[in-house]
Amino acid sequence: MKRMISKLAAFSVAAFVGGAALADDPMKIGFVYVGPVGDHGWTYEHEQGRLAVEKAFGDKVKTTYVENVSEGPDATRVIQQLARSGHDMIFTTSFGFMNPTLKVAKTFPKVKFEHATGFKRAANVSTYSARFYEGRTVIGLIAGKMTKSNTIGYIASFPIPEVVRGINAAYLAAKSVNPDVKIKIVWVNTWFDPGKEADAAKALIDQGADILMQHTDSPAAMQIAEERGIMAFGQASDMVKFGPNAQLTSIIDDWAPYYIARVQAAMDGTWKSQDTWDGIKQGMVAMADFSHKIPTDMQAMAQKAVDDIVAGTRHSFTGPINKQDGSPWLKAGETASDGDLAGMNFYVEGVEGALPK
Amino acid sequence: MIRLEPRKDVSPAMAYLAPALAVLVTACAGTLIFAALGKDPIEAMRLFFIQPLGDWFSISEMIVKATPLILIAIGLSFGFRAGVWNIGAEGQFTLGALAGGATALALYDVAGYWVLPLMCITGALAGMAWAAIPALLRTRFNANEILVTLMLSYVAVLLLSVLIHGALKDPEGMNFPESRLFHDSATLPILFEGTRAHIGFLAALAVVGIAWFTLGRHIFGFQVKVMGQAPRAARFGGFIENRVIWFSLLLSGALAGLAGVFEAAGPVGQLVPALPVGYGFTAIIVAFLGRLQPVGIVIAGFVMALTYIGGETAQIEMNLPSAITGVFQGMFLFSLLGIDVFARYRLRWGKSSAQTAKG
Amino acid sequence: MDLLQAILQGVIVASTPLVFAALGEVVTERSGVLNLGVEGMMIMGAVAGFAITLDSGSYFAGILGAALAGALAASVFGLLTQFLMSNQVATGLALTIFGLGVAALIGQGYSGETTPALPVLPIPLLSEIPFIGPILFVHDPLVYLSVVMVVGVTLFLNRTRAGLILKAVGDNHDAAHAIGYRVVMVRMAAIAFGGACAGLGGAYLSIVQTPLWVENMTAGRGWIALAIVVFSAWRPARALMGAYLFGGVTLIQLHIQGLGIEIASQYLSMLPYLVTILVLTVISYDKTRAKLNAPACLGRSFYASS
Repeated sequence: MKRMISKLAAFSVAAFVGGAALADDPMKIGFVYVGPVGDHGWTYEHEQGRLAVEKAFGDKVKTTYVENVSEGPDATRVIQQLARSGHDMIFTTSFGFMNPTLKVAKTFPKVKFEHATGFKRAANVSTYSARFYEGRTVIGLIAGKMTKSNTIGYIASFPIPEVVRGINAAYLAAKSVNPDVKIKIVWVNTWFDPGKEADAAKALIDQGADILMQHTDSPAAMQIAEERGIMAFGQASDMVKFGPNAQLTSIIDDWAPYYIARVQAAMDGTWKSQDTWDGIKQGMVAMADFSHKIPTDMQAMAQKAVDDIVAGTRHSFTGPINKQDGSPWLKAGETASDGDLAGMNFYVEGVEGALPK
Repeated sequence: MIRLEPRKDVSPAMAYLAPALAVLVTACAGTLIFAALGKDPIEAMRLFFIQPLGDWFSISEMIVKATPLILIAIGLSFGFRAGVWNIGAEGQFTLGALAGGATALALYDVAGYWVLPLMCITGALAGMAWAAIPALLRTRFNANEILVTLMLSYVAVLLLSVLIHGALKDPEGMNFPESRLFHDSATLPILFEGTRAHIGFLAALAVVGIAWFTLGRHIFGFQVKVMGQAPRAARFGGFIENRVIWFSLLLSGALAGLAGVFEAAGPVGQLVPALPVGYGFTAIIVAFLGRLQPVGIVIAGFVMALTYIGGETAQIEMNLPSAITGVFQGMFLFSLLGIDVFARYRLRWGKSSAQTAKG
Repeated sequence: MDLLQAILQGVIVASTPLVFAALGEVVTERSGVLNLGVEGMMIMGAVAGFAITLDSGSYFAGILGAALAGALAASVFGLLTQFLMSNQVATGLALTIFGLGVAALIGQGYSGETTPALPVLPIPLLSEIPFIGPILFVHDPLVYLSVVMVVGVTLFLNRTRAGLILKAVGDNHDAAHAIGYRVVMVRMAAIAFGGACAGLGGAYLSIVQTPLWVENMTAGRGWIALAIVVFSAWRPARALMGAYLFGGVTLIQLHIQGLGIEIASQYLSMLPYLVTILVLTVISYDKTRAKLNAPACLGRSFYASS
């Protein structure tokens, strides 16, 4: 009882002082997810970003999330619901939310929107994305060196520029250290179907791949790699738990630094609409610990690549590079422009197979 | 002992009370779940069932969601009465959106009042064409339409994906898999300023009216009813089974296709791979909840729409996982279906007359 | 093991969840009940199987738990449709929605976890047979169980009295009732069996194929199983073949992609569905064959009028 009264007293004092010092209520921040937070992939990492925001700002923010929002007719309604219910800032975490976000942003000019992997902006809509392809370069280097069968298996989701960039970057890096390397690609036409990803992994392994890369969200392929005793790279999260022997490293999305920075900007009143495309340097893309299976000299090589990327002396797409049909794309020493990369819809020379159009 | 005895006619009182009673039952069952989750059950119920009815935005969104459900369900109801099981309305919906959307994109620099009607016609025709396949396979080859329609709905979604990544992709869209945004002539006019409720809703009501008239008055409606309830009698009566199969599938295909065009040209405003969200399957529930009757379907459509909107509201306000919507919808449907018994049967104590006769 | 052997072995693994689910639904539908809630029952089995295996460390407990979870979910459907005579189609669909939601809720604490997959048990001697040995006889116990169950259900339906009663109930429930068979009880048993099998199918996904849990991991397999039941003309052995056909084409299209053939992947992804339609059409056209028709009372509620 005494504890209760003193708590109550403390609370009222704090409220009084707090009320006097901070005239505003906690900032309400909404997050719209395309998948489930338990996917241990794309959405999981955005959720970690949200939790980081809560941790960094404590009582000054109140966050909400809505998961499994399809990119069709429902998206507009969900975003609008968030805007209507007093959210000051809304993060929409998939490219398919682009037009719904803009639609709602028009009717709610005071709300700040952050749209991931999109390209349309407005006065109150920012876009942000990560240079995952930098991570692909690093794993490409490792793969090129570590593969014995010279075949990399790639499980791809949908033929969108982001995925194509990843394939190209990985291939270019692998080829630069191993001219004989080949890459086999299977499109599963889903971001998330563990059974299908497992089947795709098995098919690639049966066709001779001894190292797997994926651009899908579940750890199924990593599990198959572990089961079959081959090597693999994780995607979006550290998947070492699913492949303790198989995982060489993983590309990790880390949204926390960006989210915290943007929330802070909104609080300080310095928030402006902008386009952010950050990579390893800014901490948006990170590599998981290198497995001890990778020989020390190769680890050093990979680490050097990371350092060079951070320093800006290494770019994932540096010429001379031709397109798959042989036509020239980048001259010697020339690096790809952001514009070219953002809309990339072609394979580079050496990648076999037709890009599903 | 307690037993159930069929009523002569469906009790209208129970039929209208059922949804309200179902809400109560769901509320009671839900209390346990919410207590286990550590959330306030009364608040959850309020957000789920009551809140959406109280604000104009939610009601308008209910109209948006109910429109395709009603359209598709009306079409399906004809077939279900006749024993023709169209489980692939999702595919017909998708083809309709695809065809209507492609029309809109082909005419993107052309203005005129005739663009929208043309889109609607191509969409309905495309849905019909997609439904013609199972009709043909059933009438010529005796292939069960449950399988054919279901498989074709997956094919349709893949076809949509292929075309959006290819021929229909927005040339100025940075190679994202989305089509151009439809121009004004290809966008459905909005019924209520500031909402997404569009004239497709009026079209749906018109279709409901026609269905009500046909089923009740026209000989064809009678044929459909008999075929479903007594196939052998139907054959003796000279109703040609094949004709009813063709008609049911083509009709449901056309209506589903129309619903698809409406979704693309209305709430979404472009073609995206995620356009099909399962209305074709939800409409099956709507059709049966509405007892395959046009007016019942309208009510059932709104009731289902309410559960979707309410589920989202609860997720947002109470930070609940999305799974809670499914759990609640399921419980609500179970309750509704269970309580509905009492609209068709009454409780009786003691033995039935037949049992007494048996001694 | 060469590529062809690897493919065939992979087909069996990929198809086994479908075999279980389709088999259970065949029995359910033979008794005259149309249960569209297969997806919901499968996912309940998946989450139960994974959670119990993870927590208890015993595969057996997990598999048993999965079957029980599926049967339990099916029993809800059974109570509503058999005792309250609710519409079977709508109730089944409600079960799908409910099952997916409940499984996701239960599974909240299990994402990110994993267990070792159910180990493979090569059958001695048989697995040594050249070529087919490694394809057919080097699998985990659940695969063997699925085949044994197909044989068992076939024998049950055709050679046992209980099986005949089940079929009678499905073909003419009024006549069966008049004879004195307990229609509702028979159907409840069939429904529960169907649920248990679907649960096993789901458990296969979460314990064997990809030992993890994520919501919606069944990804529509329940619907495919329903289609396979139709494809099988309600015969267990045909359901097995239908499952392998569908799983086979699905796997093969992935291999075709890996070979670098220049067809858009979405068209290849359509193959399993188109092939199934084609094969069904060809099979159904042969009118001289034995009955292709559904159990006459499929989907109709039974009301004991005497």
